[in-house]
Amino acid sequence: MNTAKKNEFLYFALKNWKLRIGFVVIGVFLILALIGPLLVRNDPFAYANPTGAKPPSSDYWFGTTFFGQDVFAQFVLGLRATFLVGILGGGLATLIGVVVGFTAGYRGGIVDEVLNMLTNIILVIPTMAVLLIIAAYLEVRSIFAECIFIGLTAWPWAARAIRAQTFSLRTRDFVDLAKTSGMSSFKIIFREIAPNMMAYLIMTFILQFGGAILNAATLDFIGLGPTNTISLGMMMQYAVMWGALLLGMWWWFIPPGLAITLIVGALYVMNVGMDEVFNPKLRET
Amino acid sequence: MSLQITDLKIYYQTLRGEVQALESTTFSMADGEIMGLAGESGCGKTTLGHSLIYMKPPMKYMGGQVLLDGEELPIWDMDRMNEFRFKKISIIPQYAMNAMNPTRKIGKMISELLGSRGVDFKAILPELERRLGLVKLSTSVLDMYPIELSGGMKQRMVMVLSTLLNPSLLIADEITSALDVASQKAVAEMLVEFRNQGYCKSAIVITHDISILYQIADSILIMYAGQLAEKASTETIIHAPRHPYTKLLISSLPEIGIKSTEKRLTGIPGNPPLLLNPPVGCRFRERCPVAFEKCTEAPPFIEVEPGHHIACWKEGETNA
Amino acid sequence: MNRYFTRKILIYALTFFLAVTIDWMIPRFMPGDPIQNMLSRANVNADAAQVMYTYYAHAFQLDLPIWQQYLNFWGALFRGDLGISIYLFPTPVAKVLMRAVPYDLFLLLPAILLSWWAGNNFGAFAARSKWLDNTVSPIGYILSATPYMWLGIFLAWLLGIVLNIFPIAGAYSFDLQPSFSWKFIGSVLQHWFLPFFSLFLVMFGGWAIGMRNMVIYELEADYSHYLEALGAPQRLVRKYAFQNGILPQITGLALQLGVIVAGALVTEVVFSYPGIGYLLLAAIQNQDYFLIQGCFLFIIIGVLIANFAIDIIYILVDPRTRRGMTGETA
Repeated sequence: MNTAKKNEFLYFALKNWKLRIGFVVIGVFLILALIGPLLVRNDPFAYANPTGAKPPSSDYWFGTTFFGQDVFAQFVLGLRATFLVGILGGGLATLIGVVVGFTAGYRGGIVDEVLNMLTNIILVIPTMAVLLIIAAYLEVRSIFAECIFIGLTAWPWAARAIRAQTFSLRTRDFVDLAKTSGMSSFKIIFREIAPNMMAYLIMTFILQFGGAILNAATLDFIGLGPTNTISLGMMMQYAVMWGALLLGMWWWFIPPGLAITLIVGALYVMNVGMDEVFNPKLRET
Repeated sequence: MSLQITDLKIYYQTLRGEVQALESTTFSMADGEIMGLAGESGCGKTTLGHSLIYMKPPMKYMGGQVLLDGEELPIWDMDRMNEFRFKKISIIPQYAMNAMNPTRKIGKMISELLGSRGVDFKAILPELERRLGLVKLSTSVLDMYPIELSGGMKQRMVMVLSTLLNPSLLIADEITSALDVASQKAVAEMLVEFRNQGYCKSAIVITHDISILYQIADSILIMYAGQLAEKASTETIIHAPRHPYTKLLISSLPEIGIKSTEKRLTGIPGNPPLLLNPPVGCRFRERCPVAFEKCTEAPPFIEVEPGHHIACWKEGETNA
Repeated sequence: MNRYFTRKILIYALTFFLAVTIDWMIPRFMPGDPIQNMLSRANVNADAAQVMYTYYAHAFQLDLPIWQQYLNFWGALFRGDLGISIYLFPTPVAKVLMRAVPYDLFLLLPAILLSWWAGNNFGAFAARSKWLDNTVSPIGYILSATPYMWLGIFLAWLLGIVLNIFPIAGAYSFDLQPSFSWKFIGSVLQHWFLPFFSLFLVMFGGWAIGMRNMVIYELEADYSHYLEALGAPQRLVRKYAFQNGILPQITGLALQLGVIVAGALVTEVVFSYPGIGYLLLAAIQNQDYFLIQGCFLFIIIGVLIANFAIDIIYILVDPRTRRGMTGETA
C-alpha cells in the first residue's frame, strides 16, 4: 500500500461520522475503565453503605446494591473486565481465524479441505453450549481462562471470511509475480497478501471484539463467569438473583447492560464506517 | 442527423472537488453511422457514452444539449430519461458478463423487464427468437440461468436484449475487451449486422482497441483528457490524421494490415493531466510536439474538411 | 447437488459425533471423582446419597476400560437413555427434557421466523436511501448490540414492574393448572409475550443490519445498473435486489443459530421460562451433570435439525444450487 493510498483512507476515515461516533463512545468507556477504579473511594466488594440499597446520590454515583456495595465501583471494574475479554478473547479468535483461514485459502487442496471441514463443524456447534459445559466443570475460573475459552470457540466465521478473501487475493497478479520471482510462501503472505487484507483483518477484529464481549456477558450472567473479580455480566446476574427487578433497583441492572450495548453498538457502527472507508462504492458523497 | 450534441459538459462531484471529465463537447452523428469513440483510459469516452443514457451521481450535468432524432434528451433527469432508455437509446455495458440477474431464468428476466416497460413479451417473443438465431444462440438459453452460459454467449445475449426494442442509438461500451480474439471479431461483425438489419439506427462503439474500430466503424472520434481531439471517417483517422495526438496515437499502434511489427511502438511520452484541476487551454499541450503560445486557449472543434473535425490551433489555422 | 448434500451430511454426522464425544469426555477427564464431586454438592441425606452413589457408579461404569465406556455411552444414547437427573431424582433426564422442549419451540420458532421476516423487510427499507439509512439503521445497530439478557431484564422491569402490564416469571400463572380453558391459554400467552418480544427485538436488529448490507451490495451490482440503464422502474430493481439479498440471509439464519440458542438460554433464565435454558441453569447450579449433558445433546440435535431444514430450504429457493452450478453455499 503506498502512502498516497493510505492518506486517502485516512482522509475518508476522518470524514466518516460513523467512525467518529464509534471512536468517541469506545474512547469514553475505555478512559472510564482505565481511570475509573482510581477515582472511586470504595472497595467494589465491601459493604460500604450500612443501610443497604440506595438510589444514585453524590456519595454513590450509581447507587448501592442490595448489600450496600458501591455500584459505580463495581461498574468501572466490570468495564475493565469487558475490555479485557474483548481484546484478548476477540484477539485470540481473530488470530486463530486468520491462521486457519490464511492457511486454508493459501494452500488450497487437501489442507483446505480438512481445515474447511473443521471450520464448518465448529460453526454448526452452538459454542455457548460448549462453553457452558466446560465452565460448569471448572471450580475456579479466571478471567484469562474465560478469554481463552471464548477465543477458542469464536474463530470459525472469521476463518471462513479470511479464507474467502485469501482465495480471491491469491489469484491476483501481484501474488503471481511474487511467486514467479521465487519469494517464499511465508514472505508472500506477509509482504503481499497481508497488507492488502489489513482492512479486512481490522474489521474482523472489531466484530470479534464485540462478539467476545456479548459471549462473556452471557457466560457471566449464567453464573459461570470468573470467580475472582466482577464483570458487567455478573452485576446483572447478582441484580436478578437478589430481586433488583421486584425491588425496583434499576440503578443496579441498567448501567452494566447499557454500557455493553453502547460499546458493542459503537463497534458495529465503526465496522460499517470502516467498510465505507475501504469500499469506495459505499462512500457518502 | 441522428444524434446532435451541443456544448455538453459533465463533471464528477467528489469530496475533493469537481473532476472536469467532459468539457464543452459538440459533435453529431449521421443516421446509420457506427462511430468509434477512442482514447486512453480516463479520457472521458465512457463518461460521454454513459451520460447519454444513465447519468447517476457522482456524475453531474453542467450544461449542454443532446438531440436524438430531433428530440431533446433530458439526460439530467434520471426519471424523465426512463421513457427514452431501451426504446430510443440503449447500452451494451462493459460488464455484460454480469449484466443479468443471476437468480432469474433469462427469459423470465426479459419478460419482467419488458413488462415493466409496458411491452408485451409474448408479442415480441418470435422476433427475440429470430435474433437469437442471428447471433447463433439457441432459443433454449431463455430457459437457462446466466451462470449456465459462457462469457461469449452472455455477451451476445446482452447484445440481443439491449437492441430488442430497436433503439435509435446504441452505446456499445468495450464490448470486445473481455473476449478472446476470435469472439471479438464475431461480436464486432454482429454489431454491424444489427445496424444493417435496422435493430439500431446508429451506434457509438466505445473502445481502446482501434483495430476493432478499423473493422467496423464508419467514423472515429478521438478524445483526450475530457476534450474532443478529432473526428473523421475511419480511413482518414487511420491513414491521414491531422491532430497531433491522433497522429501519435495511431503511430504508436502496430500498423494495421502489416502482420509483423517491423516498426517499434513509440508510445507517447508523458501522462495525461489530472482532471481535478486541469490546465486551461488545450489539455494536450504539455505533451504536444507542436504546441505554441496560442494553445493556452482552448481550441474550437472545427470542421476542416467535410466530415473531418479537429480541435487544434496549428492544424485548424493552416487549413481552415 | 449430490456432492453438496453429501458434504453437508458428512459435516452434520461429524459434528454430532464430535459433540457426543465432548459430552462424554468432559466429566471423565476433569480432575477428581465426578460422582463424588457431584454428590458432595447435592443437598441430600446420607442414605439417599448412598443410593445415588451406587446408581451413578454403575451409570458412569468407571470400572470398565475407557473404550468400553465410550461405546456403552453411544449404546445408551441410541436407546434414548440419558441417565437420571440428580436435581429431579429419580426422573430420567430424557423425560425432564421432553417436558421442556415444547416451551422452547413455542418461544423460539415464532421469535426466529417473525424477526427474520420483519428484520429483512426493515433492512431493505433502510437501504432505500442514504437518508433513511442514516436515520433508521442505528436502531438496528443498537438492538443487535444489546445483550439478550439485558433487554429481557429491561423489558421485565419496564413493562412488568413499572407499568405492570405483563407477568415476568414462569410459563403460566402459578394458581392455574394446565387445561384447555381460555383463561389458561390467555395466561400462557401473557407469560410468553415478554421473553418472545425481547428475543424478537435483538434478532430483529441483527437481520435488519444484515439485510441492509445485502441490499446495498445488490443495488450496486452490475445487473442492477443494467436494469436501470434500460429504464426499469425502481420497483423491479429493488425486487431483484431483495430476492437476491435474502439468499445469504437464509444461510445467515443457519450461522446465527448458535448465537440465538445462547440468547434463548439467558432469556429463559431472566423470565424463569421453563425451557431447556432454564433447566440448564438449574442443572448447573445443582451440579446435575447428567442433566447438563442431556441439555447439551438436545441443543446440538436441535441445531443440527434446524441447519438441515435450512439447507433444504436454501436448495429450494436458490435456483443455482438446483442446477448444480455451485459447490458450496453455506
